[in-house]
Amino acid sequence: MEPMNTALKISEYACPDVVVSTDWLSQNLNNPKIRIIESNEDQLLYSSGHIPGAIEIDWAKDLNDQFSRDYIQSDAFSSLLSRLGVSNDSTVILYGDKNNWWACYTFWVFKLFGHEDVRILDGGRLKWVSEGREITKEKPKLSETKYVAKIRDDKTYRAFRDEVLLVSKNRGQLVDVRSPEEFSGERLHMEGYPNEGALRGGHVPNAKSMPWARAVDTKTGCFLPASELKALYVEGLELDPKKPTIAYCRIGERSSHTWFVLHYLLGFEDVKNYDGSWTEWGNSVGYPIER
Amino acid sequence: MKLENFLSDLSMFTDRDERMEFLIDIASRFKEVPSEIAERPFKKENKVPACESDAYVWLKDNKLYFAVENPQGISAKALAVILDENFSGTDDIKNIPESLVDTVFGSTISMGKGEGLRGMVRLAKNLG
Repeated sequence: MEPMNTALKISEYACPDVVVSTDWLSQNLNNPKIRIIESNEDQLLYSSGHIPGAIEIDWAKDLNDQFSRDYIQSDAFSSLLSRLGVSNDSTVILYGDKNNWWACYTFWVFKLFGHEDVRILDGGRLKWVSEGREITKEKPKLSETKYVAKIRDDKTYRAFRDEVLLVSKNRGQLVDVRSPEEFSGERLHMEGYPNEGALRGGHVPNAKSMPWARAVDTKTGCFLPASELKALYVEGLELDPKKPTIAYCRIGERSSHTWFVLHYLLGFEDVKNYDGSWTEWGNSVGYPIER
Repeated sequence: MKLENFLSDLSMFTDRDERMEFLIDIASRFKEVPSEIAERPFKKENKVPACESDAYVWLKDNKLYFAVENPQGISAKALAVILDENFSGTDDIKNIPESLVDTVFGSTISMGKGEGLRGMVRLAKNLG
């Protein structure tokens, strides 16, 4: 029986279908429609043990173009998912370490390619392991499929630099999800430590600061309830869910987590992730910076 | 010589999965800093900046000690063991190459993870 509080929490999200609980996954491990995918920041974690049946997508290795700073195109995504035994009608469950930070990034990429049914395991690896649930080193046997990805959609959920500049100038909704020290540019003042690869510190003018991990209970890795998320973003940052919003961080990895929270948990209608983020903005000649 | 031997062993793993297993096995040898060296709460001066695994580094009597607060910080633990086993007791702590991170973990490591691991190397060097 699903604990009432977890089920209730998920039911109150704007899109409850995209979040699954550890109980639900435990009951559906053998569901042939399900493909469980682990995406971590730490490359060693999957091999050290994973949810039974889970396969791995390494964001850096599998989803990034190896030559230009971009994601792979549809043909490569189709090949990847075919190889991993994922079908177009698979229910993909994503999870990972660091409060599902990289799992949300992978989720975002799945949405760029139009995969319909993809969900996040609330609490990720941390919750699954801390509940003493089964972990295995065994890799599942994969049967290749014929996955056909849609043409990558760079408009709906993805923002680029010049759109961010326009939003900034028009005082639109921009959320900087980095740490307060990165937001203020303080990091640049620490000698001897590179500042995330940017020549300048600070933030995009008119962006508001909300570190990404504020959206989770870091002890459990779970997303906060909708009411608490609303207090943070709608009341705290005075964001209007009906207005377009762009989230950014350093390379778009943390901001994809916030993108997920705003769009799927709080129901913000139009949310984009600016994946160029600070490594692009902070190195761009002539682009305005605020501190 | 120790580092050369270690890198030579590492280079023998051409299969990614076997290499991962090798590093996971190294991480299993991780021992946290003993209480006689440091107790919680650890001092800020020993905290690795930009490390999402919340790693700490100490140097006492030419031996490196580490703590990794993130229970999922396997890579950080592996690196801690590599640094301790190859540099503790030598004159080379201040010369640990930052490129060691890329050599061990590969160039496809994420920017954030790489920066955190390089931060461990930098802090160890600065203490040396």
